[in-house]
Amino acid sequence: MNLFKYSSPATFYPLAGKMIPWFAVAAAILAAIGLYVGLFVAPTDATQGEAYRIIFIHVPTAWMSMFIYLVMAFWSALALGFNTRLSAMMAQSLAPTGALMTFIALWSGAFWGRPTWGTYWAWDARMTSELILLFLYFGIIALRNAIEDTRRADRACAVLTLVGVVNIPIIYFSVHWWNSLHQGATISLTKAPKMAAMMLTGMAIMALAAWFYTIAVSFSRVRSIMIERERDSAWVSALPEVRHG
Amino acid sequence: MAEFFAMGGYGFYVWWSYAVAAIVVIAEIVSVRARRKSTLEEARLLQPETFATAATGGAR
Repeated sequence: MNLFKYSSPATFYPLAGKMIPWFAVAAAILAAIGLYVGLFVAPTDATQGEAYRIIFIHVPTAWMSMFIYLVMAFWSALALGFNTRLSAMMAQSLAPTGALMTFIALWSGAFWGRPTWGTYWAWDARMTSELILLFLYFGIIALRNAIEDTRRADRACAVLTLVGVVNIPIIYFSVHWWNSLHQGATISLTKAPKMAAMMLTGMAIMALAAWFYTIAVSFSRVRSIMIERERDSAWVSALPEVRHG
Repeated sequence: MAEFFAMGGYGFYVWWSYAVAAIVVIAEIVSVRARRKSTLEEARLLQPETFATAATGGAR
């Protein structure tokens, strides 16, 4: 079995096209179930009342904001190491979605903070580093737009992405390393979670929905990127959607 | 129903969180679809059939 069969734009394009509807539908269904669990099934919080229900938006998008960046860093490392086009295109396609996840995490966090901590914002370690993450995403997108030559842009963005990846463990461990307004981790790989089962279930379902949504959206974006970048090539000209319209 | 929207008095914060998330997601989906549409249109314009048609004054 050739593992690298799909590592060229020409072969990955149709595969991605087939996968998008599955991930899109799965994301929609999971989101519906997750929202139902989060808004109707999960019990009221003893301390925060109903305000805590923001968690079903805030935590999944915060997780995704970090995870997407790590995936971008992975593709960036491959792009730099092997000089591959598709790796760079995958990194390029994820940046906008990562930025939007970060924005939703910051916004929902602010609206959760106001009623519970008394403030929309504080310059504590986690919030500041998540804001820096948003600036990193914007910076990567801006850098790509600023560089005319596509392959140079790929390399520059890959370097910037990899330099910025140090921010991810900072965000994640900040609540452990510093005195923080933001609470500590509720879910750990080693200990039992300290929250009600249905709350955890709702968060997990929404996280999966966010992940599948990200795949669907970024695959669609990467297909557009492929056509834009390779429009002079034979395989693009041969595509039915390009030939016939 | 009214209780659901009130969210124990926190309705403003809860619903604005959910609403912005929904708006952003919808905006991204619209944007991605628009990009695909315009990308395909531009790619079609570059195809040889288009040039041939134009060069012969519309007939093929």
